[in-house]
Amino acid sequence: MKQNESEGLLLDAVDVSDVINGIPHGVALIDKDLRIFRMNRILEVMTGYSTNEVQGIQCNYALRTDCDELLNKALNNGGGPLILEGSVIDANRKKVSVRITASPLKGRESADDNLLLVIEDISMLKEMDIKLQGSPEKKALLGNSSKLQEIIELLPVFAYTDATLLITGETGTGKDLLAEAIHKSSKRAKYPFIKVNCGAIPETLLESELFGHVRGAFTGANADKPGMFRLAQGGTLFLTEIGDLPLQLQVKLLTVLDDKEFYPLGSSKKIKADIRLITGTHRDLRQLLDEGKFREDLYYRLNVLRAHMPALRERGDDVLLLMNHFLKEFNNNLGKKIKGFASSSIDYLLRYEYPGNVRELRNIIEHAVNICQGTIIQMGHLPSYILSPGEDRKNTEQLSEAIDEPTVIGASKKKFASWAEIEKSRILETMMETGGNRSEAALKLGWSRSTLWRKIKHYGLE
Amino acid sequence: MKILVTVAADYIASRFDLCTEVLIAQFNEDKTGPAPRTVLLPGPSADELCSLILKENIDVVVCGGIEDSFFKYLVWKKVVVIDRVIGLSSKALQLVLEERLHAGAVI
Repeated sequence: MKQNESEGLLLDAVDVSDVINGIPHGVALIDKDLRIFRMNRILEVMTGYSTNEVQGIQCNYALRTDCDELLNKALNNGGGPLILEGSVIDANRKKVSVRITASPLKGRESADDNLLLVIEDISMLKEMDIKLQGSPEKKALLGNSSKLQEIIELLPVFAYTDATLLITGETGTGKDLLAEAIHKSSKRAKYPFIKVNCGAIPETLLESELFGHVRGAFTGANADKPGMFRLAQGGTLFLTEIGDLPLQLQVKLLTVLDDKEFYPLGSSKKIKADIRLITGTHRDLRQLLDEGKFREDLYYRLNVLRAHMPALRERGDDVLLLMNHFLKEFNNNLGKKIKGFASSSIDYLLRYEYPGNVRELRNIIEHAVNICQGTIIQMGHLPSYILSPGEDRKNTEQLSEAIDEPTVIGASKKKFASWAEIEKSRILETMMETGGNRSEAALKLGWSRSTLWRKIKHYGLE
Repeated sequence: MKILVTVAADYIASRFDLCTEVLIAQFNEDKTGPAPRTVLLPGPSADELCSLILKENIDVVVCGGIEDSFFKYLVWKKVVVIDRVIGLSSKALQLVLEERLHAGAVI
């Protein structure tokens, strides 16, 4: 595959790299034979190839798209742009739905047209549930508890400003979801949201990962690397587990926040940092300050706005809501038809402490939906580690006496002392739902009308 | 060693799931063997292609983009998958024999 010769058409007046790198989607410049001669950084990340590697190669090989035939039409589209929808397989082997806008570019010294391809990731739009369920923040932050509602009410305030935000909260409470919801509600939503886990990257690589490096900056730096600050340009950078950030990098981060610019490793050229920074941690930063592991000046710089994600055990009835939500999600994903939980399972899950918070609840429901072969999730379908007796498990003996019967989630929202109380409450709730219609209530409860009548009499509910 | 390359004309096909033609080559330990044969598929289908790969007892698959689920499935079935390769299929075969082909290679 030969080197393309039409590269010079656009390059003399402006630095094309700067222009196309400023576009928040994948961008490729291709010639009349559909050969690539320039890609922006986002497309390089998407395809896994650098521009140098694929220069002169037909774009369908590098993009791995299913609309290469249509691109040919774009060249003969009478000068107007052509919008195509299809998919590409990215460097992570993920099939990504994309919208490709192909705009012909007329060269000044040549009659041949080139094409500007803008490749927009529309996989999110393609997910029907997002379309149907409204705004992403509503989907992300599910719950009616007062503590979560406080956060949701503040979300527009957090989204409106560019001030740094510190999100605290235990592991699994949804700090990432909040950060992403804020990004999606902000004016930066069309630009990237980049998440970096400061605790997951080795200290030696973290600086290069965040700020990038130039070729030859250190042994093994064979090519320029943009770094997350540059990839997030115009958008939001979420640094999670900020408490694990090494002291040396804390200084650099502080400088970036103050000066809004930084030097990539080994470079003498300053890069402007137009990003909104959100940080998250499950650690007590105050304690880290006292231990000398976190800089006080950075702490105050990051702590301009603060949001605390409540632990699941503090969110009361949200557990039921989330159980219902995850059950629906995994039913859809796994093609199951599970109707609900046995009352004993509900009661046990309501009492469980959830040290891993929402993430743990999600995993528990996923486990149960996978294991359950019937239509009701029983105690035996829950993971064994949560059922094993421990000091923090309460009233397990009492629960074991409970008879497993199908219960619709939401029917039982209180913590009960006995089965009789549960049953009484279920009868009352069902009667309320049916407006006092005993036949309908009996049907809903799965009893005959006479059994319901007998139980109503037994509990003195007449 | 039995090698399968997904092809489009003389090049490695850009996508595993859209490929309608494969090249199958078998080599002895001394790296000699019969001429590679071309198999035309009834239509593009990643599932059908996976079945063919297993039926033919392929050791190494060379392809362009492949979805993670198919990649993992083939790896689980002990097939070596070298993906995201761009270039001539004949060159790819040669590089596999020389154990010099890697994922993401532009040859």
